[in-house]
Amino acid sequence: MSQKHNIKRGVSLYSFQEEFFLRKMTLEDIIATTQKLGIPGFEIIGDQMIPNYPYISDDFVKQWHGWMDKYERTPVCLDMFLDWNKYKGRVMTDDERLESVSKDIVNANKLGCTVIRMIHDVQPELLEKLEPSARKYNVKLALEIHAPSYYDSPHEQRLIELFRRVQSPYLCFTLDMGVFTKKIPRVATERFVREGMKREIAEYIAKGYNTGTLPSSHELGKPNTALNDKILAMGGRKEDIFWAMMGSHGIFGDPSLLKEYIPHTSHIHGKCYEIMVPEYREYSIPYEDIVPLLIEGGYSGYIDTEYEGNRWIQDAFEVDSTEQVRRHQVMLKQLLGEE
Amino acid sequence: MYDKYLIVGEEFKNVVEGSKVTGFQFGLRLPYYRGVVCSLVGRTKLTVDGESIPWEAMTVTIGGKTIKMAELENEPEHKWEFGNIGIVKVEKPGGLKPGGHRLQLEQEMKISYVPGGFWGHDEKVLNLVG
Repeated sequence: MSQKHNIKRGVSLYSFQEEFFLRKMTLEDIIATTQKLGIPGFEIIGDQMIPNYPYISDDFVKQWHGWMDKYERTPVCLDMFLDWNKYKGRVMTDDERLESVSKDIVNANKLGCTVIRMIHDVQPELLEKLEPSARKYNVKLALEIHAPSYYDSPHEQRLIELFRRVQSPYLCFTLDMGVFTKKIPRVATERFVREGMKREIAEYIAKGYNTGTLPSSHELGKPNTALNDKILAMGGRKEDIFWAMMGSHGIFGDPSLLKEYIPHTSHIHGKCYEIMVPEYREYSIPYEDIVPLLIEGGYSGYIDTEYEGNRWIQDAFEVDSTEQVRRHQVMLKQLLGEE
Repeated sequence: MYDKYLIVGEEFKNVVEGSKVTGFQFGLRLPYYRGVVCSLVGRTKLTVDGESIPWEAMTVTIGGKTIKMAELENEPEHKWEFGNIGIVKVEKPGGLKPGGHRLQLEQEMKISYVPGGFWGHDEKVLNLVG
């Protein structure tokens, strides 16, 4: 098990969003929790937990570095968004987009982060223009591959062409492990039923997803009409179509592609919905099959736990993000041969 | 996401200006996992006891600024921080009667990477103390 590798463990503070949203934990509480859980690196969404982002105050930067010293933490990654629709009646110009992301690069550097998780709808041309700035500030621009897209999707293939042409370590991917969602999350199908979906429809969706036989057209941002029709034919409601769409847009990408594309992958989101105990396994995502491939392929960045089960259970249960993150980290330690 | 947290009942009361009751207010959180500039906050559809409230009759106070909800689209810099509660004031001369009221709310979010945006939904019966 103790095969040599350089993979590091981290956590995205996104995982603690429920407690932050409800003001049960402050940013400092969350950073302190990452120390208690023994997680070396972490990642933050500027818009989620940094006041008035992207305009970070000097006081915040000072306090931030104070926390890093106090809790002995390493900031790894800053997550950005490109709100190109924020101006009324028009989209951002190319210059405005460049300026927006340039600000994120400077911010990452101020916070001590060496990676930016780029939102997936950033175009290759913009990434290329940003490369000199990324180099100057020593921040990798890691565009996120997120289900239902994968390495072999058209946008990602255009990016790979760019990466091969430019040959810069500063242009790369973040891979979200949701691309290996082999089974539909159980927390999702249970929610379907709580939302009033007939159990037989929920079971049909789960079985269809898990066996890859759902009538579907997995295309980013487009409705899955074949499945909709089937749900209606089974006596489902329009609300059921919404929930089915929310729960079944995961994919199980071909893990054998990892080998070829790991050299272009600098960051990983360790997506999780529900970590089962005592076996410490993710219900939907077979990390036990994927992590060995990451080791074998020479992946050398962080795997940052990204707990997203909260949104499926918050209607009926108290969310315990800390416990889910702890479990995911126990699993990673096992799979990385740390214990 | 966060649907059940959208309407914040603790802030529910009539609004008195001078000697007149000019309307009522409640707290509002957004159904999203990060703070956004106000122009990304879309329409708010609200009914109280089944009666629809015109969008134009609502203002929100968020981050120290009071903005007509129908004019949030003109605010591409002012931030509605993640989890912050906006105070929505609804113009309604005489306000609401003391007792229970059913609020149904749909909140649109205009997020660039979600084509067509999305909506959060909440419904609560709140007690208005007279």
